[in-house]
Amino acid sequence: MGESNELNARSAHELLPLILKGEITALVVCEAVLSAIDAQDAEVNAYITVDKEGALAQADSVDKRLANGEDVGPLAGIPVALKDLICTQGLLTTCGSNILPDFVPPYDATVTQRLRHAGAVIPGKLNMDEFAMGSSNENSARGPVRNPHATDRVAGGSSGGSAAAVAANETVLALGSDTGGSIRQPASFCGVVGLKPTYGRVSRYGLVAYASSLDQIGPLGRNVTDTALLYDVIAGHDKSDATSADLAFEPTLPSINKGVEDFVVGVPTEYFAEGLDAEVRARVEQGIAALEAAGATTREVSLPVAGHPDYVIASYYVVATGEASSNLSRFDGVKYGLRVEGEDLGDTYCCTRSAGFGDEVKRRIMLGTYALSAGYYDAYYLKAQRVRTLIKQDFERVFEDCDVLAAPVAPTPAFRIGEKVDDPLQMYLSDIYTVAVNLAGIPGISVPCGASSEGLPIGLQLLAPPFEESRLFRAARVVESEGGSTT
Amino acid sequence: MSDFETVIGLEVHAQLATRTKIFSGALVSFGDEPNTNVTPLCLGLPGTLPVLNRQVVELSMRMGLAVGCTIQTRSRFLRKNYFYPDLPKGYQISQYQSNNEMPLATGGGIEVVTADGGTRFIRLVRIHMEEDAGKSIHDEPFVPPGESMVDYNRTGVPLIEIVSEPDIRTPEEASQFVNRLREILVYTGVSEGDMEKGHVRIDANVSIRPVGSEELGVKVEVKNMNSVRNCQRALEVEIDRQIDVVNSGREIIQQTMLFDPVREDVRPMRTKEASDDYRYFPDPDLVPIVVDQPWIDRVQSQIPELPAAKRERFESDLNLSQDQADVLTADRQTADYFEAVIAVGVEPATAANWVQGDVLRTLNEAKIEIDQLRATPAQLAALIHLIDNGTISANVARKVFAEMASTGDDPSDIVERQGLVQISDESALETTVDELIAAHPDEFARLKEGDKKLQGFFMGQIMKATKGQANPKIASQLLAQKAQ
Repeated sequence: MGESNELNARSAHELLPLILKGEITALVVCEAVLSAIDAQDAEVNAYITVDKEGALAQADSVDKRLANGEDVGPLAGIPVALKDLICTQGLLTTCGSNILPDFVPPYDATVTQRLRHAGAVIPGKLNMDEFAMGSSNENSARGPVRNPHATDRVAGGSSGGSAAAVAANETVLALGSDTGGSIRQPASFCGVVGLKPTYGRVSRYGLVAYASSLDQIGPLGRNVTDTALLYDVIAGHDKSDATSADLAFEPTLPSINKGVEDFVVGVPTEYFAEGLDAEVRARVEQGIAALEAAGATTREVSLPVAGHPDYVIASYYVVATGEASSNLSRFDGVKYGLRVEGEDLGDTYCCTRSAGFGDEVKRRIMLGTYALSAGYYDAYYLKAQRVRTLIKQDFERVFEDCDVLAAPVAPTPAFRIGEKVDDPLQMYLSDIYTVAVNLAGIPGISVPCGASSEGLPIGLQLLAPPFEESRLFRAARVVESEGGSTT
Repeated sequence: MSDFETVIGLEVHAQLATRTKIFSGALVSFGDEPNTNVTPLCLGLPGTLPVLNRQVVELSMRMGLAVGCTIQTRSRFLRKNYFYPDLPKGYQISQYQSNNEMPLATGGGIEVVTADGGTRFIRLVRIHMEEDAGKSIHDEPFVPPGESMVDYNRTGVPLIEIVSEPDIRTPEEASQFVNRLREILVYTGVSEGDMEKGHVRIDANVSIRPVGSEELGVKVEVKNMNSVRNCQRALEVEIDRQIDVVNSGREIIQQTMLFDPVREDVRPMRTKEASDDYRYFPDPDLVPIVVDQPWIDRVQSQIPELPAAKRERFESDLNLSQDQADVLTADRQTADYFEAVIAVGVEPATAANWVQGDVLRTLNEAKIEIDQLRATPAQLAALIHLIDNGTISANVARKVFAEMASTGDDPSDIVERQGLVQISDESALETTVDELIAAHPDEFARLKEGDKKLQGFFMGQIMKATKGQANPKIASQLLAQKAQ
């Protein structure tokens, strides 16, 4: 999809100098993106809201400021679409849910502010699993996103719209959010680059919370350079988010081509055990070989807890659903969003939430409510937090000897739409290689490393210690240039 | 005589005197238009995040240290989950105490005086920080019948909850406990303590048991006691009710009662259908509250002398009566004013008379606070000095003080401006006395005969003639000499 010679298909780092030199305008780039959306999105379904007017006005304003010789910022005129749980002042934010059919935030998320300040153009809001709960984008009240590489396949989730819009050239860059793999897995399925930053690196202010201790906003792009460019704009301390890390931020872009000659790449054996699709294994190993070819040393490592599906999936679903059950209490029909009147107050809560939430959201609210209940708290939530500490220690231990870890992103390439909707447990297992990263708070990236025989993209996952995103970009650049990119 | 002993534990909520709310920059204000002091956070809008107001920790610690609590160097905020329209997030951010969870301040306590004149130490369980909920509005004229509205101005106003052990034995002790707490809250600047504005709210747990029993009876929670008087009254009523229940052979059931201050009775609150499982868990949006020793030491060093200690010092060191000490320590500003007057060398007893008398009367009449009084402590001291050195009489001084209070001028300026200097010159006064004797020969004759009543008559005439400026001592000596 999308002609590669068209502006909307070009990379951000190619477009930027052209816009700055005045060879092209931000307006034509924006128009190219909007026409791609017009032409394709009825099928892809990556967007929930297209803000044609707003985007054109933003692009026009960039052009005018450029013409006046004003500073236009590091993303001047670059289209960046946002997952529909990132608040945008004056622009509908639905979280992919029927309970928020008409919520127009009176404020911008910190990342939205930063994008506006950087001169980005926001073409619209992207489809997602309802409240970011899902691995296939089939849990959206606005229907599933179709994988641009094979439209009978899922785009992955929950940031399925973000990955698909980038892959289909319906935007140049996108932001998603990653709570258990929600950026990396759809990036892998759609053949794009997606970064889940260190917990605390990117402000969560204005991100509608799913699981507060796991959620991170991150960038998606068609190549590593673009992804780093966007990351550098959104990362850094924010006093509006108490969990934001108050550390100096060093831009990553200048170092992305430094290579991996001095790197030790750890390969966790547990991530290559049974359940991993043979083609995925082959492509991932090929990607690791590319790192070796570029001078990195590889070494097998073991993650007995962080690599054990029983521990990570169980603790993830207890922690995430526990927090979600509380985070989603505010959707009660009293202040905003859907209200279905009942006989009394309690009944109104019940009617509103029954009608407004989809099945998966209800399932997770119930799971989480149970896990936090008196008498069960110690056995579930507290124990899950203890496992979480062990997972963190597992990573800390292997990072004593390794610079990065390399692993698959998901056990299989994109599966068929409808294939797993009736089997939540099977669906949960598609997060098997990604959730531990969120539990540990470390950064992870998905970078394309080839395709299956059916032409479905496959991603390689790279992990690093906290705040070492630049290592991820450096290694991902090597995989990208040595391994096969599918776009 | 009752055969029962009462066991009372109190939970006192106090609003902290911060400018802004506990987790947002919205102003803490009373009586404003509904839903004007709100940010997206106060309304529970999706995507908003709380950021702790450091002043809340500081004030909470100050109260904790003032009543002898142990400050936990690391504590957390937890979410208390329940649905209610005045709770916009569906959870209240609070602290919690359990086997593996400690709030900011634990232990400590304060003393109350018992009916037999002894003292009882009421231990505290804890002091924890939390956010206030909004206010549901049901029966205002602008609310359509059958509907309710919510004002979120109060949402996120910082509170501390002070929880006592069940150490209180009488409603009178309970009211003393609350009064003492309130006094400390206000003295330390932790809270404005205005009960009418809901700055201090009281809930009680009450049970009775046969005298001599160590077991606790079934406890009943009493809510809605919005004044100290109501608290005492509500507890008296509830205790009578419990004794009646037991004496009539029935059993006390665990429930929550609401006090009706108009009818002066307690009624069971409509029981909630939902159970009380609040599913507490640490709020993942907030980081642990870490308090280091230097911070604790600094807060400790800033705690002013507490009212009980001040009363004791005024009585023992300054030789004031218990009544005087009570009046002068009733609030910190009055005590500070008084101490500033004696600091410039005025006798404590003299200063106490002035502050208790003319100063407080002026405040009452003008309906102002002492910090709005234009006459400074130094000026009052200067005024007292003018009496002591004979420049003006005590009577004139009171007029001068009234003038000082309204103008803020120095007493010496007022005395000079209005020509109020006392006449102590004997020859000048003698002329006046002679003239008056000449004008009232009959009266003077009676005075000479020893009629002491005429002494007062002549003194009155002298004062009248000198517009009160005659030095009374010298005038009366002169009169006595003439009458010999």
